[in-house]
Amino acid sequence: MSLRVLRPAALATVQDLGRPGTQHLGIAAGGAMDPVSHRIANALVGNRDDAATLEIALSGPELLFTRDALCALYGARFTASLGEAALPMARPVHVRAGTPVRIGRAEDGCFGYLAVAGGLDVPMVLGSRSTYLPGGFGGWRGRALERDAALPLADDVEALSEARFARASRRHGTSGAGRESARTVTWFAPALMLFGHDAAVIRVLSGLHRDLFAEGSRRAFVDHAWRVAPDSNRIGFRLLGPKLVLTEPTEILSQPTCRGTVQVPSSGQPIALMADHQTTGGYPKIAEVISADVPRLAQRPPGASVRFAAATLDEADAAREALGSQVAGLVERILWEFADEGD
Amino acid sequence: MRSEKHFEAKVCPLGDTALLVALSETLNSDANERARRLAREVRTRGLGWVTDVVPALVTVAIHFAAPTAAEAVERRAALERLVREMAELPPSEGAEPGTRTVEIPVCYEAPFAPDLDDVARRTGLAPADVVRLHAATPHRVLMIGFAPGHPYLGGLDPRLALPRRANPRVRVEPGSVAIANAQTSTYSFATPGGWNLIGRTPLTLFDPARERASLLAPGDTVAFVPIPRAAFEELAAQPVSG
Repeated sequence: MSLRVLRPAALATVQDLGRPGTQHLGIAAGGAMDPVSHRIANALVGNRDDAATLEIALSGPELLFTRDALCALYGARFTASLGEAALPMARPVHVRAGTPVRIGRAEDGCFGYLAVAGGLDVPMVLGSRSTYLPGGFGGWRGRALERDAALPLADDVEALSEARFARASRRHGTSGAGRESARTVTWFAPALMLFGHDAAVIRVLSGLHRDLFAEGSRRAFVDHAWRVAPDSNRIGFRLLGPKLVLTEPTEILSQPTCRGTVQVPSSGQPIALMADHQTTGGYPKIAEVISADVPRLAQRPPGASVRFAAATLDEADAAREALGSQVAGLVERILWEFADEGD
Repeated sequence: MRSEKHFEAKVCPLGDTALLVALSETLNSDANERARRLAREVRTRGLGWVTDVVPALVTVAIHFAAPTAAEAVERRAALERLVREMAELPPSEGAEPGTRTVEIPVCYEAPFAPDLDDVARRTGLAPADVVRLHAATPHRVLMIGFAPGHPYLGGLDPRLALPRRANPRVRVEPGSVAIANAQTSTYSFATPGGWNLIGRTPLTLFDPARERASLLAPGDTVAFVPIPRAAFEELAAQPVSG
């Protein structure tokens, strides 16, 4: 029972919701760069949100299921095909064993999540299945997928997939254009406002060291459009734009950072820390991306523009609550399709 | 009644799902110990919504889960109260609970000590004295950061205090023992690094498959034990144990 890699993709890693509680040992919480899309992808195959999915960045791999399996792709919009046909996104798709799944380029956004019924069954390391590239552990051998990698699936993936697909399709029927290779349902999950031009404004709280920055730099941070640099990765997004400077050189004692911290090294180019960030740092922090907007920032691909807008803590709390209930509501509606009659 | 505050703690938000508590503006062992004590106290309260507690040199990050805005406001207030209560406590006595003393064998010989001669020259000491002074004092794990299991150790003999190298190395081997900024560090992973390399330990600082993944934890005491090259090779060939 495995998902075989026919053609690797440079940045495809196994991810889940990460490993909280290990930062005092220098290990980032990690997990999916866009946990919202990861959760919805899991719901689309009837999984709990902590099941491991395959995170695909910018361009995807070619894969082969060795057993019939129910899968779903959600997040950034990818060109993807199943054998000769297109692979529809954002809905459960029942794929026949031996049908190649080719995932191409992201047309919108940056990270997509391929979920499989029962989850990717890689070993738990320090409480999570997520790949932690800086530490070389977790996920598939602590690395991005390579050619001929075999990602273990649940032992009962075939039966589980059949049963879940039967339930997911009983209300509205199936659609498969009469193909043998794959069947899908007639419903799909709507896209959240994570992509497109609306995603370009990222709200931030004031960083701990904001006052150390020259006034012109504080203004420039919110006035200018920034570009996501090509060397951005799961550790951090480097932002290209005006050089940010301190009023005077200041030594800062290394202190905890978090996902969303925007720190400015001596080059003056800010870095927004992402899932696999270093747990501590000695660079001045100009801002903190509000947690509701971290997935939206993660979905800005290299070259895309980003603007920062100041928010208050109350606004950040309200945005987190709103996104949380929007996602919980969507997950609940999707899982209802998988529920037994009478549930 | 007047309460005697034993320290001032500054609490501010670190994003919207964490608080950063600053116990001092400057590094001193007192504030460093209080940072760990605060971290320990918060953990022992067993608050289900606290998701991570991260002590650093003189600051502590407390991460929390708060699905609703109301919960966030309540939980920040609860954590601030807890920090203020802590500020009223008398200084703790004796050994820190949960910490241990770890002996770390170090080979201070070539090819593991590329900067030893340079350190000797810059400090005006003989290389053998650099080694002797480094191994003579107990070192304390001030924090773990930079990479998984990578410790920052205080307790360096002041005669060995030096700035970082002018030109950082592109690759420092794991196990390298290095000094800079009045501290010692042991590299847990092969990474770029700018500290002065004076030796190497055959021990594995971090191994996720081990029960104690990180050999060291904040607050541990480290004793460096000089070993000859032959002993290094022998220990390096042994299977890793926790």
